[in-house]
Amino acid sequence: MATVEIPEDMELVFKYPESLTERHTHYCPGCTHGIIHRLIAEVIDELGVRERTIGIAPVGCSVLAYYYFNMDFAEAAHGRAPAMATGIKRVSPDRVVFTYQGDGDLAAIGTAEIIHAANRGELITTIFVNNAIYGMTGGQMAPTTLPGQVTTSSPTGRDVETAGWPMHMAELIGILPGAAYVTRQAVLDVPGIRRTKKAIKLAFQTQLAGLGFSMVEVLSTCNTNWHMGPVEALEWAKEHMVSYYPLGDTKMTDEVRALKEGK
Amino acid sequence: MAKGMVIIDEDRCKGCGLCVNVCPVHILRLAEGRFNAKGYRPVEVTDPEACTGCAMCATICPDVVFTVYRQRRRPKQAAVAA
Repeated sequence: MATVEIPEDMELVFKYPESLTERHTHYCPGCTHGIIHRLIAEVIDELGVRERTIGIAPVGCSVLAYYYFNMDFAEAAHGRAPAMATGIKRVSPDRVVFTYQGDGDLAAIGTAEIIHAANRGELITTIFVNNAIYGMTGGQMAPTTLPGQVTTSSPTGRDVETAGWPMHMAELIGILPGAAYVTRQAVLDVPGIRRTKKAIKLAFQTQLAGLGFSMVEVLSTCNTNWHMGPVEALEWAKEHMVSYYPLGDTKMTDEVRALKEGK
Repeated sequence: MAKGMVIIDEDRCKGCGLCVNVCPVHILRLAEGRFNAKGYRPVEVTDPEACTGCAMCATICPDVVFTVYRQRRRPKQAAVAA
């Protein structure tokens, strides 16, 4: 790469986060996993906890997340990231432990794990990426697939009579007493990305302050399996997903609110 | 004199075009007739002088292609003194 001269009166306002490795991701062009990875990395950089952070990778498209985060990582069996995170956090309470899970991992095969981990009030943080489809396996219907949404396993659209209703994980987990901070955000436009970063930061701060379980659900896209262009997928999600999965906090204890307002 | 400047790591780019869509001054486009190491048409700046350094491209980029610089705000006092 050619060297570029930076004029003296310019300051650096956006740089590659230290908490990401240089490795190029395998994600499809326009996949929002990359944005969410970067937000987590920026938050960990800002909190200065990279050296004592342990991430737990899921099964799904983000199964290779451990290649992309420049920190310690473990790979859990499908859906079992919260159980693994529980073990790691209890053995090493000084570590910052987070799980990164998709909707197939968290809302299907791993529903029991996440609900019990949240209900026990484990001091872990979960980043839940909801794109309403199974990405890695080829676009099958997920528990979070919208009613009427066409997937390879619901070719005429999700029929709620036979396939049931989409799972609202943020609301489900928000009612559990062990959960301290649960929110749903979206990375579908620039303001949404900025709000998501603030939410991820507060979730990690909740863990650092020992206030309880924290989870950020992030509405995301899968342009490949939705059969759309990357820009079109963001618009589709804004129009259809946000109305079905309302954004905002589903749980914020008084301690977390004080933490948020004190910052 | 441009208010901002972006440096593009072309080989990270996958040509998804999310940045082209959000740039408020419309100075980004996907390269025509040229490809990066991955085989995608990388993003390029058409008018560097118009860049404001707002970093919206970098905020939405899933592949951390951009590094962004912005002109420092001059202290108000200096303007009064002059």
